[in-house]
Amino acid sequence: MTEVSFQSVAYLLAALLFILALAGLSRQKTAKRGNYLGIIGMAIALSATIGLALLHADAVFVAAGLMLFAIVVGGLFGVYKARHVQMTEMPQLVALLHCFVGAAAVLVGFNSFLMEPGGYYEGQMNIYHLGEVGLAIFIGGVTFTGSIVANLKLSARISGKPLMLPFRNWLNLLALLGYVALIVPFGMSTGVEEGLPFLIGITIISLILGAHLVLAIGGGDMPVVVSMLNSYSGWAAAMAGFTLGNDLLIVTGALVGSSGAYLSYIMCKGMNRSFTSVILGGFGDTPAAKDSGEKRDYGEHTETTAAEVATLLKKAKSVVITPGYGMAVAQAQFPVADMTKKLLAQGVDVKFGIHPVAGRMPGHMNVLLAEAKVPYDSVYEMDEINDDFGDVDVVLVIGANDTVNPSAETEPDSPIAGMPVLRVWEAGKVIVFKRKMGNAGYSGVQNPLFFNDNTDMLLGDAKASVDAINEGL
Amino acid sequence: MRIGIPKEPRQGQKLVAASPNGVEKMIKLGYEVCVESDAGALADYYDDQYEAAGATVVSKQEAWGADIVVCLDTPPDAELALMKEGSTLIARMNPWSNEGDIAKFQAKGMTALAMDAVPRISRAQALDVRSSMMNVAGYRAVIEAANEFGRTFTGQVTAAGKTQPAKVYVIGVGVAGLAAIGAAGSMGAVVSATDVRPEVADQVESLGGTFVEIPVKQESADGYAKALDEEQQKLTLAVYTEQAAKNDIVITTAAVPGRPAPLLITAEAVASMKPGSVIVDMGASELGGNCELSRVGEVVHTDNGVTIIGYNDLPSRMPGQTSQLYGQNIVNFLKLATPEKDGQLQLNMDDEVQRGVTVTLGGENMWPPPEVKVSVASKKEEPEEPEEEKRLITDTSRDARTIRGMLWKALLGVIAVALVVAAPEEMTQHFFVFVLACVIGFYVITNVTHTLHTPLMSVTNAISGIIIVGALLQVAATGDVAVLVMATIAIAIAAINIFGGFLVTHRMLKMFERSSK
Repeated sequence: MTEVSFQSVAYLLAALLFILALAGLSRQKTAKRGNYLGIIGMAIALSATIGLALLHADAVFVAAGLMLFAIVVGGLFGVYKARHVQMTEMPQLVALLHCFVGAAAVLVGFNSFLMEPGGYYEGQMNIYHLGEVGLAIFIGGVTFTGSIVANLKLSARISGKPLMLPFRNWLNLLALLGYVALIVPFGMSTGVEEGLPFLIGITIISLILGAHLVLAIGGGDMPVVVSMLNSYSGWAAAMAGFTLGNDLLIVTGALVGSSGAYLSYIMCKGMNRSFTSVILGGFGDTPAAKDSGEKRDYGEHTETTAAEVATLLKKAKSVVITPGYGMAVAQAQFPVADMTKKLLAQGVDVKFGIHPVAGRMPGHMNVLLAEAKVPYDSVYEMDEINDDFGDVDVVLVIGANDTVNPSAETEPDSPIAGMPVLRVWEAGKVIVFKRKMGNAGYSGVQNPLFFNDNTDMLLGDAKASVDAINEGL
Repeated sequence: MRIGIPKEPRQGQKLVAASPNGVEKMIKLGYEVCVESDAGALADYYDDQYEAAGATVVSKQEAWGADIVVCLDTPPDAELALMKEGSTLIARMNPWSNEGDIAKFQAKGMTALAMDAVPRISRAQALDVRSSMMNVAGYRAVIEAANEFGRTFTGQVTAAGKTQPAKVYVIGVGVAGLAAIGAAGSMGAVVSATDVRPEVADQVESLGGTFVEIPVKQESADGYAKALDEEQQKLTLAVYTEQAAKNDIVITTAAVPGRPAPLLITAEAVASMKPGSVIVDMGASELGGNCELSRVGEVVHTDNGVTIIGYNDLPSRMPGQTSQLYGQNIVNFLKLATPEKDGQLQLNMDDEVQRGVTVTLGGENMWPPPEVKVSVASKKEEPEEPEEEKRLITDTSRDARTIRGMLWKALLGVIAVALVVAAPEEMTQHFFVFVLACVIGFYVITNVTHTLHTPLMSVTNAISGIIIVGALLQVAATGDVAVLVMATIAIAIAAINIFGGFLVTHRMLKMFERSSK
């Protein structure tokens, strides 16, 4: 077997295993196997690459030492992070990991420029090579700063409110034009000195653009942003593959890129939003709509106590729990799981209704409920459960707001109009767990549900409230 | 305020406007309730039960003389005369055609609330007496048909041979039609149904029936089917005639509010039916029924052995339950109109539900109410004319947008092709691989379950750590210090991704596994 064919076989195997990994991850039964296949694929790809690279290295020991050192350091840090992350902090971690891919793509791009600058290849190939390097760095840069901003927003270290610069879409366009203006002379450049300033310019533009894009997106759209950055990180890897002429990188990057893009698309459909409007940001910023929402008199809300809710639950035949980000913030998933168990033991039918964009990351609620060992066959998607609310006695809305807002269906001028929502108000009784009245959901829209006759508010920390209910059960 | 529940004055009306349970709920709203002696006897609700619920049992005069009188229908003049000046009447009034009654209410300075005029919006479902009545009626129609039908509904294979299941055809899939489909299906019959609104096909199928399409399509803005024009009528009649001949039992439910029921089954269609067939004409009324040969309140046997049931009192044939449902509808209305729960009726004319039922208010003629848009059907578009225009405008701008979108796509396509064509030969293979991988990535996750979005994302994250391959190759192939440093950093951070991503996925999947047990 020649070296080239050995490498081809290894890469082919790895690529196949990655495809199987993604396919496996789409179903509960095969998910674990999918993950293992991914690990095996990665192991094959790494060992083949390292082996062959060392075979040709000039300074074998230096290279091997550096590789080992870097992998061990990075690996240990990754393991530490993965072991210690709280499930509620998953969105931040995922965003952080995206930024690493972005950064790596930028570094790899710079390296391939330094190793093979303009003039290394000839003619057409030279332009293409430099173009690819420029594109790889651009996408990597956008992913890098975008992910950092997303991470900061998700961990609440900066405000989740969208940053609304004037002419923000023009600024984005300007950045793109600037990129084009730099990539053309960069593609024509020969030698490191001539090309480097252009490349640095491209990098700076991409870093600013990435940060600005995500800053302009509101916290409510974060699930889409996270999955979109996932897609970007894939494209960055694919571009790096082009610059290095490495098919494995291209295949893997394209897999991740297109699957991430599709996932974002699913998310957008879940919110009935157009993809572009999410990417370009500015959800719920229409000032007119907001004003009319605040001025309106929604009437009085009624409050209830944990003890009353406990009695209500004991009498109920069927209960649906619709959690939202508030449950994650209050870490209420464990007492909620306890409550579920107690109710099930008393013969109450308990189900969970999950809105596709509940939480701050696709599938966020499912992860939390799984962590608290809520049986996943009692967890239903919005479409599965939405028509059944009429038969439900009690709905517990735990820290959800926009996803249960009836004005999405009833008020055509509402900023969230047309977004599919859980029709909890059709149930016999709705109990809303909320920290306090007055603070609206991420969309900044008031929720008429809270003022319905069949809605009672249970104000206070969701975890404390659920604990109190558990005592009463 | 005092609510009076009189005994229904009309002969044969077995219903009563409130069950003891309903009375109890009215009292909870702060009302005082008096019930005429024997008011519920025909529905098996007796005076002592009402007394136990907190009502006082009173004479006829006293019950009609209450502040608020709740009964089934607009009372005849004799009873209306017993009502106080300025009192409130809650009943079914058919205000679309009974203009004469409005004048009578006005003359007495009364407030008249027509419970059969509740707008069909989701919020008002709980007080829609027509829905409650029609639900019971649809069920009862099947029972009546089964009673007249000389065979079992369900097909059987017995030692004495095989029998075919009965074939039931329901025309008009409103509340009554759906109830009939459900009841007939549960008795084992093969059910099919037709409606002029094609969107109800799903509802028919959800109850196990088959939807028979007709060549006329109608969209409903107020939740009810509307009258058809002549041409349409001809087309639909042909379908009904054809189906009538094929089925054993035909149940017609078409009643257009305030007008004579449309003719659905002609004499000719009846003649084409098999002997022993049964028609239940739920539209039968003094104004004429859905079937040409039906007679209101009677059972007709035709020469060719077809039985036509024209009962117009189907709900009243199950008086206990119907009364309870009616009473609950009334209670739900009172809840809406008694915001303080203090027994004081406060009608809010800004509320479209309360406005919708108000025929007269303190002697003032309020009929007809402004039109209400139905929320159930408004998933489509509102039917009013200006809206229509708006829709046209948005439609055209949407068209423009899709065209623009397509132009963009075409432009991108051209650029991509140009890039590939102009690319050096070594590269074309890469494009090939790239595009194929994009398509595969798209397809492998098309069916991803919602639960797994997060693990899927973290695993793709780990996989995109494959960028490490690039850095590894660079470390080995260079002697440049700057490149070495940058590549080493790249390896390290990509390794974070690989190890962290796979491990965190593993952790999550383990949790999912536990939670499934």
